[in-house]
Amino acid sequence: MQELIVQLFNGISLSSILFLSSIGLAITFGLMGVINMAHGEFIMIGAYTTYIVQNIFIDHFPKLFNSYIFFAIVLSFFVASIIGYILERLIISHLYGRIVDSLLVTWGVSLFFQQLARSIFGAPNVSVRMPDYLQRNIHLTNDIVFPNNRIFILIIALICLVLIYILMYRSRYGRNVLAVMQNREMAASLGINTRRVDSLTFAIGSGLAGIAGCAITWIGAIGPTIGTSYIIDSFVAVVAGGAGTIVGTIFGASFIGIGETIFEFLTTSSIGKVLVFTCVIILLQFRPKGLFAVKTRVLDD
Amino acid sequence: MIGKIISNKILYAIMLFIFLAALPFFASMFQVSLFAKFMCFAIVAIGLDMIWGYTGILSLGHGVFFGLGGYCMAMYLKMASSNGGLPDFMTWSGVTHLPFFWKPFGNLAFAILMVVILPAVVALVIGSLTFINRIRGVYFTILSQALALIISTLLIGSQKYTGGSNGITGFTKILDFSLTNPWVQLSMYYITLLALIVIFFICWILVHRRIGKTLVAIRDGENRLRFLGYNTSVFKAFVYALSAVIAGIAGALYVVQVGIISPTEVGIMSSIEMIIWVAIGGKGTLVGAMFGAILVNGFKSAISNQFPDLWSYFIGILFIIVILWLPKGFISFHEIPERIMKFVNRNKEEI
Repeated sequence: MQELIVQLFNGISLSSILFLSSIGLAITFGLMGVINMAHGEFIMIGAYTTYIVQNIFIDHFPKLFNSYIFFAIVLSFFVASIIGYILERLIISHLYGRIVDSLLVTWGVSLFFQQLARSIFGAPNVSVRMPDYLQRNIHLTNDIVFPNNRIFILIIALICLVLIYILMYRSRYGRNVLAVMQNREMAASLGINTRRVDSLTFAIGSGLAGIAGCAITWIGAIGPTIGTSYIIDSFVAVVAGGAGTIVGTIFGASFIGIGETIFEFLTTSSIGKVLVFTCVIILLQFRPKGLFAVKTRVLDD
Repeated sequence: MIGKIISNKILYAIMLFIFLAALPFFASMFQVSLFAKFMCFAIVAIGLDMIWGYTGILSLGHGVFFGLGGYCMAMYLKMASSNGGLPDFMTWSGVTHLPFFWKPFGNLAFAILMVVILPAVVALVIGSLTFINRIRGVYFTILSQALALIISTLLIGSQKYTGGSNGITGFTKILDFSLTNPWVQLSMYYITLLALIVIFFICWILVHRRIGKTLVAIRDGENRLRFLGYNTSVFKAFVYALSAVIAGIAGALYVVQVGIISPTEVGIMSSIEMIIWVAIGGKGTLVGAMFGAILVNGFKSAISNQFPDLWSYFIGILFIIVILWLPKGFISFHEIPERIMKFVNRNKEEI
């Protein structure tokens, strides 16, 4: 029983990272019809940004080391979103509607970024040191132990969720995004600058992936290909939940995260992954567009 | 006139086949084995072009079928090489009895049969589950990619029966011939060439008949075709199975020439690499796909040995450029000057 609770907690923790990494994918997919295979590389960019920030603090401000994580979170968001913005302007904006092409082009981009990271930081993994207060544990009982770093990641994900909710449903910008998502031409004729909405949204999505990257530095070592290990799970989360909705992404991410941890706990790690994906395929038999797909009468092709 | 001759693509194919047939007479043994490998990749590319270029279904999981064919053949070769004993990797992981599903693979005919049947069955099952429920477009693509991930993790996980992440290797014999014998290698080269030619012409005939037109129609307007009364999911499942079988055959030939099959060949990276060959060569033309596979791999083995870093940059950027500005690939190179002129003119107008 205790073990199950610990596993459940680990699953929720993995879900929160998956949520951060897939919400950007879900929104850009729903909004622009673009599949961004390079999304995993924004996770990588966020992770390396954290690594750099940590090194700067160790070298120049050792007294403030305990507070470096807050700078790291903010900076990894901004670095990833600026690179995302540039990428959108240079390449993605040529690809609207060419969904399969966008997948392939962004895969080329991801190959490029990975090699760039390998050239700058070297191929071996690097690790980031956590402040002391994140290395401690919370003992609920003698057997049930929650590590602080995972709780911290969960809190970050919850804060991001609230911010995204406010941004999407309680602000003018969010209404514009939803309008463009529902009917691009109509939104454009009503005076919404759709291209600006696109690039801003893409940048925000990339930035959230950057925060996810920042978060995963506290649970393991990071390397140039760290993005690829998360990107497939994020994609499957988006597909299971349905593109373009926040609720769908929460559902998809928790399903994959908790499902994977529980199944892996009950069986072996490879069988666990297989079981989760089988569940997703079965789910898609009944809801081909994901569980919370945006309802539409459009005959899509 | 000249344009018509240049765009007559089957000429390129015939020239390529003549070149490949003549290659062993003037090239070294090393180059011959290299080209044998490239031909296996060209076979995969033809199959992928049938499903992606003609039918418009992007599968990012064809490494799975390549691997299925490869593993079937590797099981036979391993049994033939271990002289009736247990394969060496099984002894290392403490298996005492030969698993039941390995036993029939001691027979070459059975192994070859499985090379064809297994990919077809897997593709038909997955194809009918997805296509009949109208899971399509990018949803199918992501599922096929997840499939590649699943199968490669399964292969790595079941170390006892598949050799884990090292794969199956260390073959010495096929039938009773030694694999290091140059005559055996040469005949394998020609068998591969024959397979390439046969598969190329089968697909060539298919795409020029009614079924080929139907496939293109699915690509260009699936809904219209459905409204006309066609059951498109049957066609899609068929072409998926066809390309899976082709990939399986290529995998089997690959194992005999290269001497190893491992989960790397099954995984996501190699599955996407197959797509690159088709995209760069030119999707929607069988000749382009074939050339793409041979040229990309030729460049890869030339460049990546000396500058492994450079290769990733090069292929990444080339891929972006081809998809963005040359959607028909390099086989339509006679259109390149025209495209550049158009681009320049458009920019002039904007100024």
